[in-house]
Amino acid sequence: MSSPAWENKPVLFLLLATAAILVGTIVTMVLPFAWVNTEADRIEGVTPYNPLELAGRDVYIREGCNNCHTQTVRPLVAEVLRYGEYSRSGEFVHDRPHLWGSRRTGPDLARIGGKYPDAWHYQHMAVPTSIVPRSNMPAYAFLSDRGIDPEYTRRKMDVLRFPYEVEQIAGLRGKTEMDAIVAYMQKLGRDLPVQRTAQPVTPPAIAENPFRNDAAAVAEGGALYAQHCAGCHGASLEGGIGPALSPSGFDEDMLFEVIYGGLPEGGMPAYASLGSARVWKMVNFILAPRGI
Amino acid sequence: MDAPHYNLGIVRSFIHWSILWGVVAILVGILISFQLVNPDLNFPPYLTYGRLRPLHTNAGIFGWAIGSFFALYLYMVQRLCRRPLWSDGLARFQLYLFNFTIIVAAVTLLLGFTQSKEYHELEWPVDLLVVVLWVVFSVNILMTIFKRKEQQMYVSLWFMAASLIGVAVLYLVNSAAVPVSLFKSYSAYAGTNDANVQWWYGHNAVAMVLTAPPLAVFYYFLPKSTGVPIFSHRLSIVAFWSLIFMYLWTGAHHLLWTPVPDWVQTLAMAFSIMLIAPSWGSVVNGYLSMNGQWHQMRENYLVKFLILGITFYGLQTLQGPLQAVRSFSAFIHYTEWVPGHVHMGALGWVSLVLFAAFYYLAPRIYNRELYSIPLANLHFWLVLIGQLIYSVSLWIAGVQQAGMWHAISPDGSLTYSFMESLVEMYPYYWARAFSGLIYLAGVAIFVYNLAMTARRGKPLMPAAA
Repeated sequence: MSSPAWENKPVLFLLLATAAILVGTIVTMVLPFAWVNTEADRIEGVTPYNPLELAGRDVYIREGCNNCHTQTVRPLVAEVLRYGEYSRSGEFVHDRPHLWGSRRTGPDLARIGGKYPDAWHYQHMAVPTSIVPRSNMPAYAFLSDRGIDPEYTRRKMDVLRFPYEVEQIAGLRGKTEMDAIVAYMQKLGRDLPVQRTAQPVTPPAIAENPFRNDAAAVAEGGALYAQHCAGCHGASLEGGIGPALSPSGFDEDMLFEVIYGGLPEGGMPAYASLGSARVWKMVNFILAPRGI
Repeated sequence: MDAPHYNLGIVRSFIHWSILWGVVAILVGILISFQLVNPDLNFPPYLTYGRLRPLHTNAGIFGWAIGSFFALYLYMVQRLCRRPLWSDGLARFQLYLFNFTIIVAAVTLLLGFTQSKEYHELEWPVDLLVVVLWVVFSVNILMTIFKRKEQQMYVSLWFMAASLIGVAVLYLVNSAAVPVSLFKSYSAYAGTNDANVQWWYGHNAVAMVLTAPPLAVFYYFLPKSTGVPIFSHRLSIVAFWSLIFMYLWTGAHHLLWTPVPDWVQTLAMAFSIMLIAPSWGSVVNGYLSMNGQWHQMRENYLVKFLILGITFYGLQTLQGPLQAVRSFSAFIHYTEWVPGHVHMGALGWVSLVLFAAFYYLAPRIYNRELYSIPLANLHFWLVLIGQLIYSVSLWIAGVQQAGMWHAISPDGSLTYSFMESLVEMYPYYWARAFSGLIYLAGVAIFVYNLAMTARRGKPLMPAAA
C-alpha cells in the first residue's frame, strides 16, 4: 500500500503542519495590525488613564470583574438603548490588556462612567444588594481597607508610558483601592464625545401625564420606583445618595423630564429606556398624596 | 518477538494526578455555581467568583484535560512507535513540573495574580513554567517519534504532533507582555489588537487542546476497544489537514459586532461554517467504523463512552458554527447559552473520551481486571445525565435571557431592565448547580472504581498484560 511521503517523514510532516497553521494566523491575526490602532482609528478626546484610574483598573483585573462584566457595546438597537453608543476601536488604544469580556452575568460597563454619582459606586461596591436588592454580585467592602502604593503605581505608569504629574503620584497617598476602582468606573466611556447614557430612538411618546388620579398606575409606579429609584432615594422617598423626594417640591412635567432625561451633572441617570409610559407611572407614584 | 519494555508507571502517575485536578475543577465549579444563586457564598478576598472562575477553567483545561493528554500521549506514542519513551527521566521530571505548575497556578490565581485573558490568566512567571513544561513534553514525544520502530505514522500521531506545535505558537504569541513586577505584567498588544490576538489564541486553544488531542485519543482507543480498524484512512487524512488549516481563521467569531475589522469577523464566520466538514469527517469516520459492530454499544461499555463522546463532538461542531453566524451571535452572545455550549464539549466530548481511555488502560496499569463494569455503567449514566441537565437548562436560560435583553416595547423602550433578566435566571442557576452535583457523583464512582481495581481487582496473568 502506498502512503503519502509525510506519513513516514515526521520532519516533513511538522513543517507542513506548521505551514497549515500559519496561513490563517497571518491573515486573521497578524494582518489586522495594519488597520487597528492606526490614525484612522483615532478618536479625539480619548486619553490614557491617570494614576488613580490605572490603579483602579488593576483592581478590576485582580478581582476578575471581567468574568461577569463586558466592556463593549455592540451596534444593536436594544444594546445601544440599554448601554449607550456602540463601542469604537479608538476608545481602547490605551487598554493593555483589553477587558471586553465574554459573559454578561452583570451588565456591560463600557459606558458606566458618569451614569451614577461616586456615592452610588461606593455603596454598591461595599454592599451591592443595598442598592440592587436581588443582585448576585459579591461584596467588595474590603477594598476600603487597602491602600494604593504610590511608588508601585508610578512604575506601572512608566511601563505603560502614560503621562502623569508628580503631584498625582503624591496624591495617591491615603487613597484606598475603593477610591481607585470608583475612579476607574467613572472614567469608562467618558472620553467619547457622544451621548453616553441610553437615549430613546424617538422623543417621549407621551408628553402629557396620562395617568392623573389613576390608582393602578400609581401602584405600578411604586413597583418601578422600588426597582429603579429606591436604592438612591430611599424606600419611602426619604433620600440617601440622592435627595429626598417630597411630593410638594415638584411639578409633574419637570419631574418627568428629570427622570426621563436624567441630570448628567447631578448624577441622576436617564430612564428614557424604560419608555415614557413607565416614567409617567413613577412620576405619579412620587407625587401621589400619602399619609405618614 | 520481544515486546518493547513500555513505561506504564509514568502513564499511571499522570492519570492519577489529572483525575485529582479534574475533581478540583468540578468542586470549584460547583462552588461558583452556588455563588451565582447566593452571593453570600463569596468569601473575599480569595474566594470570590471573580477569582475562582479562572481557577475552575484552569484546573479543568490545564489540570484535567492536559494532564490526561500527557498520560495518553506518553502511552500512545510508545505503542504507535513500537518503542519505549525516548527518555523516562524527562517524563518523570515532566510529572513533577506539571504538578508544581498547577499548584503555583492555583495559588497565584487565588491571590489575584492574573493577566485577565480568558484561558490564559496565568502571570508571566507561571507562563514560563508552562513553556518549559511544554518543551520538555514535546521533545520527549517528538524524539520518540523520530526514533520509532514502526515506519508509518498512524493518524493519532498526526493530531498529537500538530497539537504540540499549535499550542507552542498560540501560547507564546498570546503571552507577550511587559512585566512590572514578579506577578504583574501588561499585554504587549493594546485594545482591539489585544482582543483579536486573545481570541485567536482562545479559540485555537479549543482546537489544539480540546479537539486535536481528544481526536488522537478517539482514533486510537475506538479501534482498540472494538477490535476493528478505523473505517477510512483517506477520510482521516482529509479531515486532519482541513481541520488544522481552517481552525486558525475562526478566532474572531468570539468578537462579532465588536470593533474588530468587519472583514476579519466575516472570514471567521465563513471558516467557522466550513469547519463543519472536517469536524464531521471524524464523526462520520467514527460512526462508520462501527459498521457491523453496533451490538458492542450493548456489550462493551467502552464503546458507549466513545460513541457518545464523538456524538457530542458532532453536536458541538454544529452548534459552534451556528453561534459563529452574525445574526445568531447578536442574539445569543454574552448569555448563559455559551457556558451550556462549552460544557457539552468539556463534559460530554472530551471527558467521555478520557474516561473511556482510562478504563481501557486500567487493567494495563494495575495488572488487574476492572473492579466493576456495572459501576462503570452507573458512572456513564450519571455524568451523561448531569451534563445534559447542565447544558439543556442553560440553553433554555440563554434563549430567555437573550429574548429579554432584546425585547422592545411598541413605544420604542426596553421591555425589561437588566435585573429583571437576572432574576429570571435564578431557577436555571439552581438547575446548573444541581447538575454539577450529579456529575460529581458520577466521577466519584469512577474514582472509587479505579481505586478498587488497584487494590482488589482480579490479578491478570502476566502474559496478558
